[in-house]
Parts: sequence; C-alpha cells; structure tokens
Amino acid sequence: MKKIIKLLFFLTLLINFNNPKAIAESSPELLKVDWSFKSFIGKFDRASLQRGYQVYNEVCSSCHSVKYLSYRNLVEKGGPEFSEEEAKAIASNFEVIDGPDSTGEMFTRNAKLSDKFVMPYANEEEAKSANGGAYPPDMSVLVKARKGGADYIYSLLLGYEDAPADVNLDDGVYYNKYMYGNKIKMSAPLSDDLIEYSDGTKATSEQMAKDVVSFLMWTAEPHLELRHKFGFRVIIYLIIISVLVYFIMKKIWSRIESKI
Amino acid sequence: MSDHDYQPNSKLGKWFNDRLPLLTLSSHLREYPTPKNLNYWWTFGGILTFCLIVQIVTGIILGMHYIANADLAFESVEHIMRDVNYGWLIRYVHANGSSMFFLAVYIHIFRALYYGSYKSPREIIWIIGMIIYFLMMATAFMGYVLPWGQMSFWGATVITNLFSAVPFVGESITNWLWGGYAVGNPTLTRFFSLHYLLPFLILGLVILHIWALHVPGNNNPIGIEIKQPSKDTVPFHPYIVIKDLFALILFLIVFAFFVFYSPNLLGHADNYIEANPLVTPAHIVPEWYLLPFYAILRSIPDKLFGVIAMFASIFVLVILPWLDTSKVKSAIFRPIYKQFYWFLVADVIILGYMGAMPAEGTYLIIARIATAYYFLHFLIILPFLGKKEKTLDVPLNITEPVLGGYPNQAKTKEKSNIKENL
Repeated sequence: MKKIIKLLFFLTLLINFNNPKAIAESSPELLKVDWSFKSFIGKFDRASLQRGYQVYNEVCSSCHSVKYLSYRNLVEKGGPEFSEEEAKAIASNFEVIDGPDSTGEMFTRNAKLSDKFVMPYANEEEAKSANGGAYPPDMSVLVKARKGGADYIYSLLLGYEDAPADVNLDDGVYYNKYMYGNKIKMSAPLSDDLIEYSDGTKATSEQMAKDVVSFLMWTAEPHLELRHKFGFRVIIYLIIISVLVYFIMKKIWSRIESKI
Repeated sequence: MSDHDYQPNSKLGKWFNDRLPLLTLSSHLREYPTPKNLNYWWTFGGILTFCLIVQIVTGIILGMHYIANADLAFESVEHIMRDVNYGWLIRYVHANGSSMFFLAVYIHIFRALYYGSYKSPREIIWIIGMIIYFLMMATAFMGYVLPWGQMSFWGATVITNLFSAVPFVGESITNWLWGGYAVGNPTLTRFFSLHYLLPFLILGLVILHIWALHVPGNNNPIGIEIKQPSKDTVPFHPYIVIKDLFALILFLIVFAFFVFYSPNLLGHADNYIEANPLVTPAHIVPEWYLLPFYAILRSIPDKLFGVIAMFASIFVLVILPWLDTSKVKSAIFRPIYKQFYWFLVADVIILGYMGAMPAEGTYLIIARIATAYYFLHFLIILPFLGKKEKTLDVPLNITEPVLGGYPNQAKTKEKSNIKENL
C-alpha cells in the first residue's frame, strides 16, 4: 500500500510539471464548460458538431483555414456525420483549381469529398495583408495548440471587454481578458443571433461558442470517440487480466516459503 | 541445474546446440537463479525492456509514414493522426511511451541507488546502464524535434546552441551539427536518421547490461551476495516471469490512461504549432524528463560552465561506484544514508520543478541551491558517509529476513555473534 502511495505521489508530481497553473502567469480563470467529450466514455454531441460546422463556415472560415481537414471527414464516423449527400452539397459550394488537363491547362472545378477544405487565402502573405498584419492561425489543431484547450478557446471567444483605462489599444487591436497579453487582433467574432441555425436552436453567443469549439475539438482530434471507446475497453481488460495474473502468481509462489 | 550440464532431449536439438548453443542460452535464462526476496521495485528492468521494444516497433511503423522534411514533417504527422489506420494510436503510444520509458528508468535508477546495486561486483552493469540512460536522453531529444512544431524547433535551437560554448571551435561545432547556419532541414533529416539508429545501439547495450547482470546475479533488498543457486534463490521462470508480468500489467494501466485519456498532457501545446523560425515561444521548455538537467544548466551564470555542470551531473553518476565508499549495499542497513537518499530524491524533484520555471528571482536561487546540493551529495557526503556511518548488522543470508519479518534485528545479532564465536 505504501508503495502504491509513493507511486501515486510521483505520478502527481509528474503531472504537476505540466500543470498550466504551475507556469507563473497571471491569467484569469478560464470559463468551464461541461463538454460532452470530456469523460472516459465521452462522445461528441452530433447536433452540436453540425451547428459548429455552420458557425465555422459562416463566421470563422472567412479568415481561418482548417487545411488538414477534407470534406469526406464530415461524413466519417465519430464526426458531425453529415450524410454523404449533405457533405457533397457542402463541398460543391467551393471551387478548387485542378489540372493540368489533357491540353496542359489548369482549370477550376467544384470541390469533391476527397478535396481538402478550401483555404480563405492563397498564402500567408495574403492572409496577413488582409488582416492588418496578423495571421489568422490555421484551426485544424488549434485546440491542442493552446494551453487550456477547449476551455481556453471558448473563454477567448466570449472574453471581449472594454479595455481598462490604463490600456492603450492601437487601431485594429482589441482587448480580451483571456488572451496572452490581453491584446488580440481579431475583433469579437460572435454576437447573439449572428447566424440562424438550420436546426432552429437559438444562436446565443454562448451557444455558438460552445458549438464551434466542439467542432474545433473534433477537427483537432477526429478519432477522439474511438480513442475513448478503445481506452475504456483496454483498461477494463487490463484490470481483469491483472487480477487473474495476480492469482496465478500467488499460486506459483505458494510452492516456496516466501512472501511476495 | 548448472548451465553447462544442459543437454537438449532431441537429436536435432543436440545437433543444433553443439553448433550454436541457443538452447543452452534459453535454458540459462529459464533457470537463472534469482534472489527470492526481490520486491516490486525490481520489476522495472522487465518493464524497461518492454518499453524499448514498444518504442522500436511503433517507431518503425511511424517511420513508414513520417516524412523527414522541414516543409512536410508537420503535415505528415497530421496525416498519421488523421488518415493512417490507427495512426493516432501508434503515435500516441510512441509519444507517451517515451515518458513511460523515462518514468520507469528513473524508478530503476533510484532503486539501484537505494539498494546499492551499483557497488562491487556490479560496477560494469551500472556504467552500461548510465550509457543507456545518456543515449535515451539523446534519442528522446531528437525524437521530440521530428514533429517540427514550435517546441521541436526552439528546443533543438537551444540545446544545439550549448555546443557553441566550447572554446575556439564552438561555432564550427554547432554549424557542423546543424548542417548550416541555423536549425533547418539538414538538422531535421540527420536527427531523423540518428533517432532511428540510436535505439538499436540501446538495444545492444541492453543485451550487454543483462549479460553483465547474469555474471554476478541480481542484487537484492538485503544487499548481500548470495550463493546461487541456493535456498535463497528461485529460478527465473516461472517465479520472476509471472511477477514481472503482473507488474507490467499494472504499469500498462497507467500507460493506457495516458495514451487514451491524456495523450497530450505530458507534451507541450506549442508543439502543435508548426515550426516558425521568426516567432519564439514565450517559454522554451524541454520534456519533463530532461528538466532536472535543464535546471542545472541554467543555474550556472556562465554558459560554458553551465554545460560542463550539466554533463558533470551525469558523469558523477558514472563514477558513483567509487564515490560511495560504504561496504554495505542496502540502505536498509544504512540509517544515515537512508535520510540522505530521500534528500537526494527531493533535490532532483525540486530541480525538475525549477527546470520548468523561468530562470529568475527566487526560482533561480532555489535552483542554484539544489544544484549545489546535488553535487555535494555525490562528491562530499557519499565518500565521507561510507567511512563514518555506523551501519546495522547485515544478515548472513536472505532466508531469515524473508521468513521472519523484515529484517529481524534480534536474529541478525544472534547470527553475527555465532560467527564471532566460531
């Protein structure tokens, strides 16, 4: 028992090394959301992912790319699970440059399921010049690329405030209490009833933030549901087999006079 | 029971074994006499072998899909995570596997420190172990560079820059390491090549480590040399095999928890941002298992001496068998050493914590004290303690403490009296 306590002690230490709070920074406590994907058998809320895609498409995608995502991913299990027809319809709204054709010319066609998500800008330079010098980061793995993860992105989306009197903001810079350094070049992206959800859900800022962060969690971890399912089974299996092996061990060691 | 007496039963077996005695080797591994009082801290040797094999197998599969190119590396990792069948699982096992590997190796090393396993006649086992540990750190560092995220790039920049502290030729050395004038594509490709090579060197050294172990046999919690085989020993199979297996399964539960439920907890968020030579992250922090050494490095104000101190902190471990002058191995019979042992454990944990903090103010002062204490422990306290410490009486064989509780003071006293009377 003492040994187990010691082992746990070391594990806690190990985890504490990477505790975001351990890094000395004065940032306000993040807003906590009861994410459906957080628990041991947590799954995505399918409807929320579909709404989240709508928020991404109608709000974020004018500046932010998700370049590692393909339209086929929208159909795949464990994601928003649009029907194939819906996803094809979504893809056909975008144009991609393909080619060269048999005459050696490049041509434009509608996107197919196998295409990657079309990016809003041709390159980083264009993105910067269109956004006052700031590069809107690719959102494919954004949730994993920020300390605090889903809670952080959610808080940031809702963290816009009027700047305190002692803070000077340049043109095109906004105050956000969750942003590192509190200054952000993205204007508040969400406001109540900014979009109209196709499933009739009321589009409050909180609702949109929650939906779009769920969507971004999925783009960062498309196999999260499978991972949770595997994990649950693997750990149950290991616990059962550890009990069996324990009794086999006891039996074998009982042949000699010794404690184990 | 002796290895040399082994004869295969079949004619073919005998024919083969006379030409290549693999069957004799396997018989030796099965019969290998092991002290029967080994506790669970001794199971980490087997766990470490398992970790190495897991890293090699998952690594080879990742190598089939990974592209070692500065423009494509980050994307190829995302390709593994998204499109390769179970690529996410293989990558998360590999990434968390390195942390589990180091967790196990630290327990393994601190077990050796507690029970004096590095002392005569096991110095060579210990030194090979330290070389393995050093190669593990090099391998892990280069592996962390491969995803080509921000922390990969800047970690590589900071660590390779250490060599520029070498007088006169420092700059030439760093340029030679980089294959250019900054960390870039040539650095990435050579790190990939070496990251693939070093594990096989480690594997070879592990075989030597086990070979060297099988000459004197295992140390044990009592720390006395035992006759083998004797009533103090059990054959490796099935007794130790089943016990190692049980411990391995418990270890796998922890492993699985990280892989399936917190796969990125031990990594750094910045490494999911693609490497950008123009943007420096706010804090450049190495992986947790390197933090104590990072703290030692930063606690010395001079760059060159910082680097020397960092390498010296590993070198003092290599020469430890000659620094610790005590004839008694196990801390069970060394009441004062036992105290200092736990001080050292605390000291290393503090160093690790300070390695994660910014090197300024109170953090820096604590890191400096902890660094000084680290060297004090090995260079002053241990040699002195071995000469001055009054150790407890050590039992003559391990059957007594195993049967009669742990360790039975009255009986050990009696025994040593008997010996004197004889």
